[in-house]
Amino acid sequence: MAQAIQQLINGLTLGAVYGLIAIGYTMVYGIIGMINFAHGDVYMVSAFIAVTSFTLMAAFGVSSVPVALLAVLVVAILFTSVYGWAIERIAYRPLRGSNRLAPLISAIGMSIFLQNMVQVTQGARVKPITPILPDGIDLFTEGNFTVRLFHTQVLIIVVTVALMAGFTYLITRTSFGRQQRACEQDRTVTLILGYNVDRIISLTFMIGASLAAVAGVMVTVYYGVVDFFIGFVVGIKAFTAAVLGGVGSLPGAMLGGLIIGMIEAFWASYLSAEYKDVASFAILILVLMFRPSGLLGRPEVEKV
Amino acid sequence: MQVQAHHAQTPTERLKDAGAVAFIALLLGIPMLGLTTIDQGGALRVITRWPSLALFVGICFGGRIVLQLAKETLARRRANRPAKAKASEMSANRLQSIIGWGGAGVAAALPLFFSDNRYVVDTATTVLIYVMLGWGLNVVVGLAGLLDLGYVAFYAVGAYTYGLLSTELGWGFWQALPVAGAITAGFGLLLGWPTLRLRGDYLAIVTLGFGEIIRLILVNWTNFSGGPNGISSIPRPGLFGFTFTPPGSGTSIAEAFGFAYAPTQRIIFLYYVILGLALLTNLFVRSMRKLPTGRAWEAVREDEIACKAMGINVTRIKLSAFAIGAMLGGFAGVFFAARQGFISPESFTFSESAIILAIVVLGGMGSQMGVVLASLVLVLLPELGRDFAEYRMLLFGAAMVLIMVWRPGGILSHRAPTLVYVAPGEKA
Repeated sequence: MAQAIQQLINGLTLGAVYGLIAIGYTMVYGIIGMINFAHGDVYMVSAFIAVTSFTLMAAFGVSSVPVALLAVLVVAILFTSVYGWAIERIAYRPLRGSNRLAPLISAIGMSIFLQNMVQVTQGARVKPITPILPDGIDLFTEGNFTVRLFHTQVLIIVVTVALMAGFTYLITRTSFGRQQRACEQDRTVTLILGYNVDRIISLTFMIGASLAAVAGVMVTVYYGVVDFFIGFVVGIKAFTAAVLGGVGSLPGAMLGGLIIGMIEAFWASYLSAEYKDVASFAILILVLMFRPSGLLGRPEVEKV
Repeated sequence: MQVQAHHAQTPTERLKDAGAVAFIALLLGIPMLGLTTIDQGGALRVITRWPSLALFVGICFGGRIVLQLAKETLARRRANRPAKAKASEMSANRLQSIIGWGGAGVAAALPLFFSDNRYVVDTATTVLIYVMLGWGLNVVVGLAGLLDLGYVAFYAVGAYTYGLLSTELGWGFWQALPVAGAITAGFGLLLGWPTLRLRGDYLAIVTLGFGEIIRLILVNWTNFSGGPNGISSIPRPGLFGFTFTPPGSGTSIAEAFGFAYAPTQRIIFLYYVILGLALLTNLFVRSMRKLPTGRAWEAVREDEIACKAMGINVTRIKLSAFAIGAMLGGFAGVFFAARQGFISPESFTFSESAIILAIVVLGGMGSQMGVVLASLVLVLLPELGRDFAEYRMLLFGAAMVLIMVWRPGGILSHRAPTLVYVAPGEKA
């Protein structure tokens, strides 16, 4: 029982991170119908920005944890959203309206480029940072197993819930949200109605990148280590989450993230840690086989 | 989706435009180029690299101006020039076939000129392995238009099939080759059957997941595959029961035919094996393209719905492309295992898949010649400059993006129609 509750906490934390990244995939897929393969690497870039900024904060003598955290979040969101914007502008916009494979291959190229750019400029070694929030609360003890809730886990869950609330408001209630959804339904008509479709798409990429940036900062705080390869596997898992929830559906992305996080946490603790990635990939394949529209998605009809 | 004013930019506009690019470059560069952390006695310390950041921003600024000028000049020139008649398809095809035969001749003669230069023959063998992999993936990606990001899985299955058959059961290379081909084709069917109903980009992700699953199983199932240590002392291929070993073993070909033994003989033999395999692959794919199945591959790539309307069984066509592509990858894997004598999951990572895909894409999807060209470039470039190796994947990624943006069909994107309609009275 105690172990199950511990895994529930761990799964929830992991799932929140996957969910944040999955939203980026889902939004981009909804609006331009392509898998932004480089999204996982955007998250990785933000984790590196977080490492640098945390180290800078320590060097400048900022000792207050909330101040440092907030500052790093702002810095990471700013720089990472520029990355999101630039990726769309360089690699995807020129290919809008060409065949389906071209943007996807360009995205894979972008992903390889980002990974190796970070490897060359930041080094291939794993970067550990000094723990920022090392403490936790012991919830209860059963036998010799103590269920522990780390402050970082609380932080991740709280930040994710707050972001989700803000984000849902942005999409459902604001003018930009309406434009974004209009774009999703029909880009041409949105253009005819006088909205700047290019701008909406750019902003969508920037918002997706910002959410990934938050995830990157959170993971840096949570695990304390970062390397240039983390974007690949996390990206695929977040994509799995997006597919599981139904690509194009925002609550679906969050739900999918939670399910994948839970499955991974429980699989790793009860079955085998080595095969936890196999489990995620297998789920991806099974979902696509039996329910390609996901849990909350609408089935897609291909039109001529 | 934007209206462009067609007037030449004024110098101020040019500077503004380049300034904006430089500003973005600055923002992108600060966290990556400008700042970095180094490990100093267990703790990280930030170091700055402003000169390289300044250089990067400067290059972006200057590059933007030059690029825009070049674009405008080209556009102006194109507008002024009367539309030239397109070079006739026939002569382009003939030129390609001449280059193709010439290339095959050079490849066949290469070991004669470099018989004591082990390095050259070894590198040429590597190029040919990639050519073969590229041709195999070309069937799936280039012809059938199915993006496969886990092609390396089939390469791995082929390699491990031979590795296990030879070390556990004592099978020879030539016995294992067809069996491994059949097994990998089976894996292709296994993956393809449930997933080929999926749309292009979903398929890409599923194949990527499949590739990772195979690799993770090879890493973790130690009893079966040797785990991260892989399989070693895999026997080299022989020829009709003879082996390329020093005299004295009884089966040495040098001893049996009474010529002097040299260690390079085995290298050269391996080179001819892969050359033969690659040429057979080429022949096979070329003939497939003329058969109904091969034509259907390209038709499915161009328009799936139209194919369904014409009564083509799309799933079966896709499956055949998948299985054949997988089989060719498996053959390449068998050869790889036999040549290295040692295999481990290290050789079958996603980046290998990406390299093979890059070869197909950069060369021009669907073009056999393009694959050769791209393999030559991608294998030889890093060989020429060893310092370059660190930047190899970086340039790969950049090249993939730029070539897609520049020519979404690949460098040699010339897709020869297999049938050309000739109006009555008109000469072909």
